[in-house]
Amino acid sequence: MSQPSSPDSPAGATRRDFMILTASALGAVGAGAVAWPFINSMNPAADVLALSSIEVDLSPIKEGQTIKVQWRGMPIFIRNRTKNDIEDARKVNVSDLRDPQADDQRVKKGHEQWLVMIGVCTHLGCIPISGAGDYCAGDGGGWFCPCHGSQYDTAGRIRKGPAPRNLDVPEYSFLSDNRIKIG
Amino acid sequence: MAQKPPAQAPGIKGWIEYRLPIFSLIDNSLGSKYPCPRNLNYWWSFGSIAGLCLVMQILTGIFLAMHYTAHASMAFDSVENIMRDVNYGWLLRYSHAVGASMFFVVVYIHIFRGLYFGSYKAPRELLWWFGIVILLLMMATAFMGYVLPWGQMSFWGATVITNLFSAIPGVGESIVHLLWGGFSVDNPTLNRFYALHYLLPFVIVGVVIFHIWALHQHGSNNPLGINVKTPQDTIPFHPYYTMKDCVGFGVFFMIFAWFVFFAPNALGDPDNYIPANRMVTPPHIVPEWYFLPFYAILRSMPDIGIPFTNIVFVQSKLAGVIGMFGSILIFFVLPWIDRSNVRSATFRPITRILFWLFVIDCLVLGFVGSQPPEGSMLIIGRIALTWYFAHFVFLWYFSTREKTLPLPESISKAVLTANAAHH
Amino acid sequence: MQPITDGNALMKKNLLLIALSITVAAGVAFAEGDQREPRKLDWSFNGIFGTVDKQSAQRGFQVYKEVCSACHSLNRVAFRNLQDIGFTEAEVKALAASYQIADMNESGEAMQRPGKPSDYFVPPFPNEKAAAAANGGAAPPDLSLIIKARKDGANYVYSLMTGFGPAPADVKVGDGLYYNPYFPGSQLRMPPPLSDGRVTYADGTSASLDQESRDVVAFLQWAAEPEMEERKEMGIKVLIYLAIFTGFMYIAKRNVWRKLH
Repeated sequence: MSQPSSPDSPAGATRRDFMILTASALGAVGAGAVAWPFINSMNPAADVLALSSIEVDLSPIKEGQTIKVQWRGMPIFIRNRTKNDIEDARKVNVSDLRDPQADDQRVKKGHEQWLVMIGVCTHLGCIPISGAGDYCAGDGGGWFCPCHGSQYDTAGRIRKGPAPRNLDVPEYSFLSDNRIKIG
Repeated sequence: MAQKPPAQAPGIKGWIEYRLPIFSLIDNSLGSKYPCPRNLNYWWSFGSIAGLCLVMQILTGIFLAMHYTAHASMAFDSVENIMRDVNYGWLLRYSHAVGASMFFVVVYIHIFRGLYFGSYKAPRELLWWFGIVILLLMMATAFMGYVLPWGQMSFWGATVITNLFSAIPGVGESIVHLLWGGFSVDNPTLNRFYALHYLLPFVIVGVVIFHIWALHQHGSNNPLGINVKTPQDTIPFHPYYTMKDCVGFGVFFMIFAWFVFFAPNALGDPDNYIPANRMVTPPHIVPEWYFLPFYAILRSMPDIGIPFTNIVFVQSKLAGVIGMFGSILIFFVLPWIDRSNVRSATFRPITRILFWLFVIDCLVLGFVGSQPPEGSMLIIGRIALTWYFAHFVFLWYFSTREKTLPLPESISKAVLTANAAHH
Repeated sequence: MQPITDGNALMKKNLLLIALSITVAAGVAFAEGDQREPRKLDWSFNGIFGTVDKQSAQRGFQVYKEVCSACHSLNRVAFRNLQDIGFTEAEVKALAASYQIADMNESGEAMQRPGKPSDYFVPPFPNEKAAAAANGGAAPPDLSLIIKARKDGANYVYSLMTGFGPAPADVKVGDGLYYNPYFPGSQLRMPPPLSDGRVTYADGTSASLDQESRDVVAFLQWAAEPEMEERKEMGIKVLIYLAIFTGFMYIAKRNVWRKLH
């Protein structure tokens, strides 16, 4: 005996389709809602995020001195550049550079003596040596990477050797003349 | 010799099927081609819910393992890091802890269903044995898992239970030192428990596969306990039991979610939020609730010897261990203890009474396990323990003597009669 | 002669009193160590819609900082976490900077530096042994998890704070101990920490013993379960979804099974 809304009649078929569609939709929403916490748990945890930006006091850094701080597990070079460093950097013809960048693009306006860079060679990741190589101005600028011989100038730009890019400048800002926040 | 596979069907499904018949495997075991008795009630959903629990525990466990550190000086802190700093870490942790309790509730109900309806009887003895092995593996996994947070209960529970092995005459002490990797529960113990806790669930998956394989040989039992005789007695697993199991899943998840979100510590012990301190013993060392009946048996067993003399054959410590393991191992011989030709307690009035007395006895043992073993608690514990084993003696005695009710002719006849009565 | 066990002999004597024994046993379980059941308060964080009263938690933090932190550490709470109970980023920074954190300088020598939001609260003693030595042999427990580490934690801590008083005539209080019926064993080494006017609240609320106790419990509840509000909110959404899902599955199941009848 076939009733109007039995599974085999047209009305029954659409009701079955509705059931399947709704069940699938509900199931998909549920599955997504369950999957998200698992995936998000792999994102950086709150204590890692808390260390994702640091503040650095620049006042103890004398002119001509370069310090290294740690940020997100990487070394950061902070250099209080000398007049020589800045002049040498500005003299360079930007179009000759492998990774063309003018000196003032790598520092903050009004704080040109401060050079802040990620101290990781852009070739294969070694930490370059400060105040070494052919482009050091004699008072501690310039960097030389001992692993494969990349050489960076007084603005941290790649001049010689296999590295493809200038030393990366992280996101940072000046909170005051003597205090920066990195990240 | 393998049969020649049928010709390749069109489409991607056909291409895969020709090389690895996965689709027909699913169809034949879970799908529209697997015949099931048509009269299964909701008690039959607990097996698939248990499987769901296993998958849930493995998933939450793996993601917890990404953040946990198994070293005595860092374990507790790493768990708190999960709770406070890892995104949704509290959700992972509480799901895993509550999930373990839910897994045991579901498995215990699943086992009692088997006891009531005679699912352990021929030809399902091996299926039953695989089940007991799964239970033993679950208990080992849960015991080791509880040690990992390295709280007070973790440490002292591990100390008490591993110390049991010293009851073994002669080699006991050496075995305990082997288990500990030292002279007390300490970092080596924690590390190996972590390794084994990660491993055993996958061993459980393997035994579950055997469990389901054995099940599919003769198909599911049913509430009437009578065999499937004709295809009219059966319905395809899909869509009937897939849909019914979905309802079961929904209800299960609601109970699970209630605990995880609103009472996540209700089934646990506050002492485990105190970091382990080997210089301070908690006033009451209590295992998680699912171990309480066995804990009660362990602590209630007396010295075994000659009454009214000082002669003791077996010290109560060793007797307790034997009694505790015996209370589970006895289930291996249940198919031969119960000699009745009738499976389901629906038709066995005396067995039905014995069953419910057994249930009450297990609950009493559970309560006794949560209390200090002194005074009247000790007496009650011993009575309950005696009844536990006496149950099997009575079952053995009455299974051939009780007057069973008349069995229906077939499943389909019984279902039709029931439907006619409804309409 | 000795019976096989004490239990067997007793069993023979007490067979008729089993039912009574069960009730007595239940009573024994509760009355152990003469620890009184804590007073039950109607906390704002109780129930499925419960939340921590942020103002109360801020006052509780002041109580912790000015009273409890002299002896009790709060090691698992970082300064940055305080934003959860309503402090601003600037307030948190300033608070953190007011603490000195043990660190190392560039030459590897131990030194102290001002705290940052990512640092954790500084414990009053360098380690557990020092804490015990300074407190008559019993180290004051860390408070980060105390609400979860005690049965009925919130009510217990409140009762403990307000439960100090003179011992009854028949109880002898040991040297250096204080009587409090809510503590297991009724005597503890901690003198009553709170009293009327012990702190002067920054928000002007009158600081009675009761108020201070409620506030410190609110703070410690948050410290132990910072995820509580998010957890309960999510729980309500999840349960509503599951109720709909289960209801739908049930209707679908009935639909499918109707064919058989």
